[in-house]
Amino acid sequence: MGKFKLITKGLVKENPTFVLLLGMCPTLATTTSAMNGMGMGLATMFVLVLSNMVISATAPYIPDKVRIPSYIVIIAAFVTILQFIMQAYTPAMYETLGLFIPLIVVNCIVLGRAEAFANKNSVIDSACDGIGIGLGFTMSLTILGLVREILGSGSAFGFKFIEGDGIIAFVLAPGAFLALAYLIVIFRKITKIE
Amino acid sequence: MAIQSSLKNMVLSLGVICLVSSGLLAGVYALTKAPIEAAAEAKTNNAIRQVLPEFDGAPELKTIEADGRTISYYAASKGGEVIGYAVTASASGFSGPVSLMVGITADGIVYNTSVLSQSETPGLGAKCTEPAFADQFKNLNPAATKLAVKKDGGDIDAITASTITSRAYVAAVNNALAIYETIVSGGVPDISAGTEAPAEDPAAQTAEENK
Repeated sequence: MGKFKLITKGLVKENPTFVLLLGMCPTLATTTSAMNGMGMGLATMFVLVLSNMVISATAPYIPDKVRIPSYIVIIAAFVTILQFIMQAYTPAMYETLGLFIPLIVVNCIVLGRAEAFANKNSVIDSACDGIGIGLGFTMSLTILGLVREILGSGSAFGFKFIEGDGIIAFVLAPGAFLALAYLIVIFRKITKIE
Repeated sequence: MAIQSSLKNMVLSLGVICLVSSGLLAGVYALTKAPIEAAAEAKTNNAIRQVLPEFDGAPELKTIEADGRTISYYAASKGGEVIGYAVTASASGFSGPVSLMVGITADGIVYNTSVLSQSETPGLGAKCTEPAFADQFKNLNPAATKLAVKKDGGDIDAITASTITSRAYVAAVNNALAIYETIVSGGVPDISAGTEAPAEDPAAQTAEENK
């Protein structure tokens, strides 16, 4: 598969949120605004690309029986590095995303790509796969966050265009499920994925 | 393909991975330690600057022993004279503590308040950070104002449909004033007066929020 195809695959055909339905917990919880969704997506992408590359490079030296613990240690190391960096340079974003940053460790997208792709493919291909899936996740979370922010608070990327409140339910949990469900339907209709 | 899963191989590979990971973490920790501390300090200092009139230099962190607890607060001075104190105080809101930085000038006036953290319902209780509500505590003289929401016979307008949050905010300001009294008098603070919002079934607010 070409490198370009590896990246676009994560955006459409294997979109983690709209097609594979992976990583639903951070998807529903952090997308209260477009910025939050984008922050969560980029944070996951950072971990995904680096862990994919390291796992792909070390896979030949890891015995099969301790494969999962090894992957988890590698992923957890990158998540903790990300936590330190966010705490130091983007403290506001770190506070908003809160618990969901350490929880990237158990995000099934990251471990799923390590198991399904990175441990059988080259470092470069794994990096492209990480970028593709990461971009797909970021894009989906940003769109979902944008929809919820427009309906729920009458603003887009923090820019307020309607005075007063929106439909508050969309900022809360029920709105997350509703908006996600309709986005999945629309996404699948457009891309004709069954 | 992967190497054989013998005990030696497994111990060795996991050991090496853990060792390299922890080494890497230690390095990043050392690199980011100073910026993280600076970011936390900048946040506190910004909050203090917001709740007190202009002062010289950095506010001074002080502690006071009262009631067996250690309370820390910030004293700000201008021209060698203490002009005010910044006190952190919190009270239980609708879905967690509402934590405030309260600035009180040397003559006992609440200069301003700033929300440090809260997890109230967006669109309802979370409005306590907005000026429409928070500005009621600007230049407020505790001697001339009854610090309670109007529903409880006080002078503070509660946020529509978020009485519990409003009560928590008022209670936190009252706590801060109690701490201020202690700082000034050096005595024992009467924090119990405003710690808890008046007891009311939380379901009552849920019903209220649904209106």
